[in-house]
Amino acid sequence: MSGTNHDETGAAGEPTRRDMIHVATGAVAAGGAAMLAWPLINQMNPAADTRALASIEYDVSKVAEGSQAKIMWRGKPLFVRHRTKEEIAKGVKDDSANLKDPQTDAERTLQSDGKPGKPEYLIMEANCTHLGCIPVGVSEPGYIGEYDGWFCPCHGSHYDTAGRIRKGPAPKNLHIPPYVYTGDTIVKIG
Amino acid sequence: MKPTFARRLVAGVLGLVSVVVVAGSAQAAGEVKHPRPVNGSWEGPFGRFDRAQLQRGFQVYKEVCSSCHSMNLLHYRNLGDKHGPFYDPKYPNPNDNPVVKAIAASYTVKSVDAEGNEEERPALPSDRFIAPFENRAQAAAANGGAVPPDMSVLVKARHNGGSYIYSLLTGYDQTPPAGKQIPEGKHYNPYMPGGVIAMGPPIVDEQVTYADTPENKGIKPTVDQMSHDVVAFLTWASEPHQTERKITGFGVMIFLLILTILLWFSYRSVWRNVEH
Amino acid sequence: MSGPSSYVPKSGLEKWLDTRLPIVRFMNDTLVDFPTPKNLNYWYTFGGILAVCLASQIITGIILAMHYVPHIDHAFNSVERIMRDVNGGWLIRYMHSNGASMFFLAVYIHIFRGLYYGSYKAPREILWGLGVIIFLLMIITAFMGYVLPWGQMSLWGATVITNIVGAVPFVGDSIKTWLLGGFAVDNATLNRFFSLHYLLPFVIAGVVVLHIWALHVPGNNNPTGVEVQDVKKETVPFHPYYTVKDAFAICVFLMIFAGFVFFGPNTLGHPDNYIPANNQVTPSHIVPEWYLLPFYAILRAITFDILIIDAKFGGVIAMGGAILILFALPWLDTSKIKSMRYRPIARLWWIVFVLNFLMLGVCGAMPAEPPWTVISLICTIFYFAYFLVILPVLGVIEKPQTPPASIADSILQSHKKSAGTSAVAVPAE
Repeated sequence: MSGTNHDETGAAGEPTRRDMIHVATGAVAAGGAAMLAWPLINQMNPAADTRALASIEYDVSKVAEGSQAKIMWRGKPLFVRHRTKEEIAKGVKDDSANLKDPQTDAERTLQSDGKPGKPEYLIMEANCTHLGCIPVGVSEPGYIGEYDGWFCPCHGSHYDTAGRIRKGPAPKNLHIPPYVYTGDTIVKIG
Repeated sequence: MKPTFARRLVAGVLGLVSVVVVAGSAQAAGEVKHPRPVNGSWEGPFGRFDRAQLQRGFQVYKEVCSSCHSMNLLHYRNLGDKHGPFYDPKYPNPNDNPVVKAIAASYTVKSVDAEGNEEERPALPSDRFIAPFENRAQAAAANGGAVPPDMSVLVKARHNGGSYIYSLLTGYDQTPPAGKQIPEGKHYNPYMPGGVIAMGPPIVDEQVTYADTPENKGIKPTVDQMSHDVVAFLTWASEPHQTERKITGFGVMIFLLILTILLWFSYRSVWRNVEH
Repeated sequence: MSGPSSYVPKSGLEKWLDTRLPIVRFMNDTLVDFPTPKNLNYWYTFGGILAVCLASQIITGIILAMHYVPHIDHAFNSVERIMRDVNGGWLIRYMHSNGASMFFLAVYIHIFRGLYYGSYKAPREILWGLGVIIFLLMIITAFMGYVLPWGQMSLWGATVITNIVGAVPFVGDSIKTWLLGGFAVDNATLNRFFSLHYLLPFVIAGVVVLHIWALHVPGNNNPTGVEVQDVKKETVPFHPYYTVKDAFAICVFLMIFAGFVFFGPNTLGHPDNYIPANNQVTPSHIVPEWYLLPFYAILRAITFDILIIDAKFGGVIAMGGAILILFALPWLDTSKIKSMRYRPIARLWWIVFVLNFLMLGVCGAMPAEPPWTVISLICTIFYFAYFLVILPVLGVIEKPQTPPASIADSILQSHKKSAGTSAVAVPAE
C-alpha cells in the first residue's frame, strides 16, 4: 500500500501524513486477516461432541480382583487393574529398586487432586510409552513379562505390577490419566 | 448519461421485486392462512433469548411434545451451552453443569455392558435427546400413519418457521369453512397446508405448571403462553449458536466499516493526482 | 498490454531466480506494473471480487470437507454437527453456502458489465469464451454442492436435474444411469458428486489463470470501448491504483456478504433443505437456488414438441443453448462500436435484456402453471432473440454516437463537464 512513489510530488511534508493512511489501512487489514485465521485454525481442534466425551465415569467395582478391564477414554484404551495383595506388596517392595523412571507404588495410584487413591485399583493409559502399542497384561493370552505386570510385544518393554518401566526401550512408566473418586467405587476420569 | 441509466435499472429491478412480492403473497394466500407473527424477543439482529422463557419452553417440550416428537440433533449437554436455557457461567463445560446432569439422569438409555448384555443406564449430558419411538415405522404406527417430524431444525425447515409453529399450536380453535371435509381422526387447522392436520390439539390451558421463580412471576400457562415459550425453545434448538452469530456479526460489521472507510481514504490519496 | 516486461531484478537472488523461473517477473507484470486504463469504473472491480469469492469458497470448502461425511446415512447429520459441534463450524458453513450466492451475484454483474461495454469483442473473444467456461463450471459445481447436505431439495433437485440427461434421445437413459451410479439418486451419486464438487473448483481456478492470461494480452477493455493508444497518458500501473480501488470495492462487497452470513444466513436458502432427504415424498414445489432460476425457467418454458424433438428434450436444448449461445456472442454482435455508452438503442435493448433475465428468474421460482408458463416462454424467446436477432441486426442498422477519439480525450471531456457543476472531481467515476 505504500507504493505511492509515482505521484509523491505533492507539497513538501505531506507525504508522511498520506503514507500514514496506507500504513493504518494495511495494519487494520492485517489484523482482520489474523482474526479471520483463528476460526479457520480452531475448527481443527476437538469439536464439542468429542470434548463431551473427554471425561467419563466408571464403576471400578466391576473389575474382579486379579483381573483387569480395558475401557475406552478419549478414543484410547485404559487399563483398570484390580491388583491382588501380593501384587501391591511386590510394587511397594520395588520402590527402592533401580528404576528408570522413579515413582513409588503409592504415587502410581495418586488421584489428580493430590489425594491418595485406592492402592488396589491401578488406572493407566494402555499405550506403551515407547511407540504406543498396547502391552499384554493379566487375564490376556500371551507373555506378561519378567516383572508380572505388562509386556509390550512390539519392542519388548517390561512393566512391573505398578506399571513402571523396568526393562526395554520404553522411556517412561505407563501414563496415569487424571482421575478422582466421586463415590466409593465411582471414578471420574478426565 | 450514467446516472439515468443506473436509475432506470434500479427502477426496473424495484418494479420486478414488487411483482414477485405480490405474486408470492397471492400464492401463499391460496391454500394456507398466513401465520400470525410470533413477535419473539429473539427476532432481528438485536434479538436475544430470554433464559427463563427458554427454560419454560424446554419444559413444554419435555412434558408435552416429546411424547411424540424426537429431537435427534440435540444432546443434553446443549442445554448448558452458552446462551442456552440452563447455561451457568460457573460451568463453562456444560457436561459439569449439575442441572444438565440431573435432566440427563432423569432419562434412561439402552447400552451394552462389558459382557455384551443389553442394559439400561441413566443418560449422561453427552447423550442425545431420547426419542419417543424406536424408528419411523413405530412412530407412524403409533400416530395413525403420520410420522411426527423431528423437531431439531423444524423452525428452519418451514417458511417463517417460528410464526408457523406458534400459529399452528394456537390455531385449533377455528371452525372449518362450510363444506370443508375433515376426515375421521384428523383435525382442522387453517395454518397447516391443506387445512387438515393429523396431530390433535397438543396443549390445553394449565397443562404444565411453571416453576414459581421471580422470572416466571405473573406468567400463566395458557395455550398462547406455552406456544410462545416452546417456539422460543425450538428456535434456539434449531441453531444453538445463533446468539453468538449475531454478536460476532456486529464485531465483523464494525471492523469492515472501519476498514472500508480507511480504504476509501487510501484510495483517494493514491488517485489524487491522476486525471481519470 | 503484454508489452516488454518492465521488471528489473534487484537483488542477486532475484536475478538468479529470474533466469530460471521468472515467477517474480510474472507476478510483477500481471499484478503490479500491469498498465490499466485510467477510466475504469466500479463495475470493473468485480473481477477482483470474484477472485476473493473463489478463494473463500475453496478455503471454507476444504475445511467443510474435513468434517462432512459423504454418505446418505450421515450427510445431513454431519452438516448439522458442523453447525452445532465443530468450533466455529456454523460460521464456515454459512460462509460457504452464502458464499455461493455471493459468487453468482458477482459473476452476473461481471457478465452484464461485459455485455454492456462490449468486452467480448475482438480482440477479447477468447477471454470472453474462457469466462463462459468458468460460468458453466460454476453452475455445475454449485449444483453438486447443493446436493451434499442431503436435504429434501438436495435429493429432489438432483433427481430433477439428472433427469435432464435422460432426455437425450437413444442413449439418455444409459448415460443417466452411468452418471448416477444406479437407477436413482442414491449413495453412489452423493459420493461422486462430493468428489467432483471438491475437484471442480480447482479446475475453475485453472481456467481463471487462463482468463487472466487472456486478459493481459489485449489489456482491459474500458467504459469507452476505445483501445488504449498512449500507454503513458492513458494507463496507470495496476498497483497501487487498482489494488486499492479493488480492495475498497471488495470491502463493500464483504459487508453485504457478512450481512447475509451473520444476520440472514438462510434468507437465500430453501427451508425444505432442512428436512432430511426422503425418497418417498417429493416437496410440493421444487426450485433450484436463486442463481439458477433463470435457466430453470428456460428449461420449463418448452412445454410442446418441436417437430421431432419432444418437449422434454426441447427444454434441455433451450437451457443448454442459453449458455452455449454466449460463446458465439463475439460473432453475433455486428456493431463496430464496443461500448453501449455510444449505442443508445442497443443500450435500451440491453436494459430490457437484464429485466427479461430477472423476469426469467421470477418465472423459475413460480409454479409451472398459467400465467407463468406463458411469461416464461415469452421471456425465453426474447432471451434468444436478443442474441440471434437484435444484436446482429442492430449492429447494422443502428447509427451510433461518435465515441471519443481516445481514452485521454474522454477523460478530458468528462472533466470539462464536471468542472462546471462541482469544483472537486470525484474519483469514483
